[in-house]
Amino acid sequence: MTDTLFWHRLHFGFTVTYHYLFPQLTMGLALLIVIWKLKAYRSGSALHDEAARFWARIFALAFAVGVVTGIPLEFQFGTNWSRFSHFAGGVIGQTLAMEGMFAFFLESTFLGLFLYGEKRFGPRLHLASAVALWVGSWLSGYFIIATNAFMQSPVGHTIDSAGRLQLADFWAFVLNPWAIWQYLHNMTASVVTASFVVASVGAFWSLSGRHHEHASLALRTGVIAGLVASCLMVFPTGDRQGKMVAEHQPATLASMEGLFESTPGAELAIIGQPNVQQRKLENPVVVPGLLSFLIYGSFGSTVTGLDQIPHDRWPDNIELLYYAYHVMAGLGTLFIALMALSAFQLWRGRLERSRPLLWGLMLALPFPYVATTAGWMTAELGRQPWLIYGLMRTSEGTSPRVSAGNALFTLIGFSGLYLVVGIVFLYLVGREISHGPASLRPQPRMPRTLGLAGEVR
Amino acid sequence: METLWFVIVAGMLAMYVVLDGFDFGVGFLHLMVARTEVERRTVLAAIGPVWDGNEVWLIAAGGALFMAFPAAYAAGFSGFYLPLMLLLWVFILRGLSIAFRGQVTDPLWAAFWDTTFFLGSTLIAVVLGVAVGNVFRGVPLDSTGTFHIPLFATFWPGTRSGVIDAYTALVGVFTLAALGGHGGLYLAMKTDGPVQERSTQAARILWLVAGVLFLLVTWSTVHVAPELTAIAGQRPLVWILAALVVASVAMLGIGLVREQAMLAFVGSAGTLFTLLGAGAAARWPVLLRSSLGPSLSLDAFNAATSPHGLRVATIWMLVGLPLACGYYLFITRLFRGTVRLETPPVAPSLPEPADDAQALQPFPRLGQ
Repeated sequence: MTDTLFWHRLHFGFTVTYHYLFPQLTMGLALLIVIWKLKAYRSGSALHDEAARFWARIFALAFAVGVVTGIPLEFQFGTNWSRFSHFAGGVIGQTLAMEGMFAFFLESTFLGLFLYGEKRFGPRLHLASAVALWVGSWLSGYFIIATNAFMQSPVGHTIDSAGRLQLADFWAFVLNPWAIWQYLHNMTASVVTASFVVASVGAFWSLSGRHHEHASLALRTGVIAGLVASCLMVFPTGDRQGKMVAEHQPATLASMEGLFESTPGAELAIIGQPNVQQRKLENPVVVPGLLSFLIYGSFGSTVTGLDQIPHDRWPDNIELLYYAYHVMAGLGTLFIALMALSAFQLWRGRLERSRPLLWGLMLALPFPYVATTAGWMTAELGRQPWLIYGLMRTSEGTSPRVSAGNALFTLIGFSGLYLVVGIVFLYLVGREISHGPASLRPQPRMPRTLGLAGEVR
Repeated sequence: METLWFVIVAGMLAMYVVLDGFDFGVGFLHLMVARTEVERRTVLAAIGPVWDGNEVWLIAAGGALFMAFPAAYAAGFSGFYLPLMLLLWVFILRGLSIAFRGQVTDPLWAAFWDTTFFLGSTLIAVVLGVAVGNVFRGVPLDSTGTFHIPLFATFWPGTRSGVIDAYTALVGVFTLAALGGHGGLYLAMKTDGPVQERSTQAARILWLVAGVLFLLVTWSTVHVAPELTAIAGQRPLVWILAALVVASVAMLGIGLVREQAMLAFVGSAGTLFTLLGAGAAARWPVLLRSSLGPSLSLDAFNAATSPHGLRVATIWMLVGLPLACGYYLFITRLFRGTVRLETPPVAPSLPEPADDAQALQPFPRLGQ
């Protein structure tokens, strides 16, 4: 295994996938915390305030891991992908630098205030800092998506005499239509993740007969937000995203769907295994004409298949791309079903008596993570063989002076470190969940000796 | 435009060293100046609301460098591949040590993260200095605009030396002493009682050591990069900044003698900032000095993004920079004053309920 490109790709793929497990929770959770804080602020509900406090603790843990695992990514553009940085830094450097200036400073400032300041600075400033955290984290998401969108569908650039990309139209670049739909799709997905986590914890408490009020609130918030977000995932955001892929990256769409031949009335493969050598889908279960309908709005339209695309422009791992997409789309559909059923029972006031449904919600915890990871794999594998679609191939972007051995060495290091970090994180979050929000109440027996930052004089 | 961005990037990096520098200094001194559990938590609480924001200056400076000088970013980061990766791991562990320490009330847990925090902070402080040393000494940038440098090769600096040689190691040790002194003064300003006394004492010793080491560093820089000192002498700005260094050092000295922590800390911050500023002014426009020949160096002109890109970035920077500074002033004002933890009135032998003893951590238990 001396393929340098392979190790560089795995290196980035691993660190970015791991990193994104954390921000997807914090971005979604930030919104839910704002909702609880608003409710508490308006109605003075102690329950909502307590819920916000409890989830802020989970937020803080995930945020800390998200921050420290995010720093390597910016570095890796330079360390592992130096030719890419050299080529594209003039354009994508804009959004990356703006993320630091406009999102990270905001987040880091108000995180301190949010975690330390409730007792000292009062409910109004605490609510404001929750809102600032939400805005900061969602802004950060936008800058990253805009960067990725440029790599998926470059706009607003020129190529200078030295053959490097330069910014030509700032607004075209920042308001890339690809970025807008991808952003909405991604952010609703992060709300799905957070809602599922909240609902899952609520179901756990409910099933184990603990923290009754909080279990109900978590279930209520998680199920309602989860249903809304799951639906928005599919329509309009997922739908528009798919149409954009069809328009700008036909090779990607064909590979996602396992469509080897262009056909009018293209069928949508629900299940099947792509056989790339023989260019066919094995054991297919398909819906005739549906793919054409989803993309062009008519059952008879012709969808471009891989046969129309030169072989050297095919994504290089069609099988994995196909499965990633199908896992994402399949899970997305199941999410709507689970949340719709739960919402129906919630509406009838029976959710907490429906034990099978509670079990389902509780055990659903990992699946939004699987779905978002699969979604990002669809986007990134689908972009291959390009690093910047149509402008730079992935094989042309690596650092010429960093050997496969060096990349593997640091990949092993990251794997070990992240494994430890993951174990500690899960231990701490598990501990919080089993203590529950009630543990945050003042203990009457125990004098409150160590308050919050109220001690800072 | 290129020069403006040279100043912006250098200024942001200097800002980073000044701000996160005291966090590293605090980490370096942590085990020595804070002995009891309450003292340790007080020390962490002193940097709690700001350390994360301080770290953002590095990310923001990195982003600015990437945008403004992609060629230098690409060459520098890939050239320093292994040291940067090792640094990242230390960064991750150190960041988590602050975040995780207060989560569990247990002496073993606390001891583990305290040591991680100490080791991480110390290593990063040294590595920052080593990095600065490399920037002054130069790296073997060749005509492809890239370089590869081993971690260590020869003891004495030269064209074949690695990241760590006698010179860069010296700068590293100097940086540790200076940042340690800086962090000590921060603690002297934010705490009281025994922690304050020990921190002041540590700051005094460390800044003295740093002063001696600085003479050594200056002397060896003249030998390692002779042409640099030659140019530097002809630049009025370098002399102005050098005068400001002297003024800051004077302020630092007066503050230390009179035991006015605030004055000394401002002097210490000024010293670090103006020192880095003078270094940058002496080096302008070079970003990455080639040890193989001056024509191979990457500078603010041959590594820059198009003028249009820089102009656009200048516009949003005019919005972003005041915002960032504004947040910082806001948060430091809100959390101004001395950090003080009250000692629990309950006998320490009584096991504290885990959930109630977490206060004043960077990630405290909320809502008591």
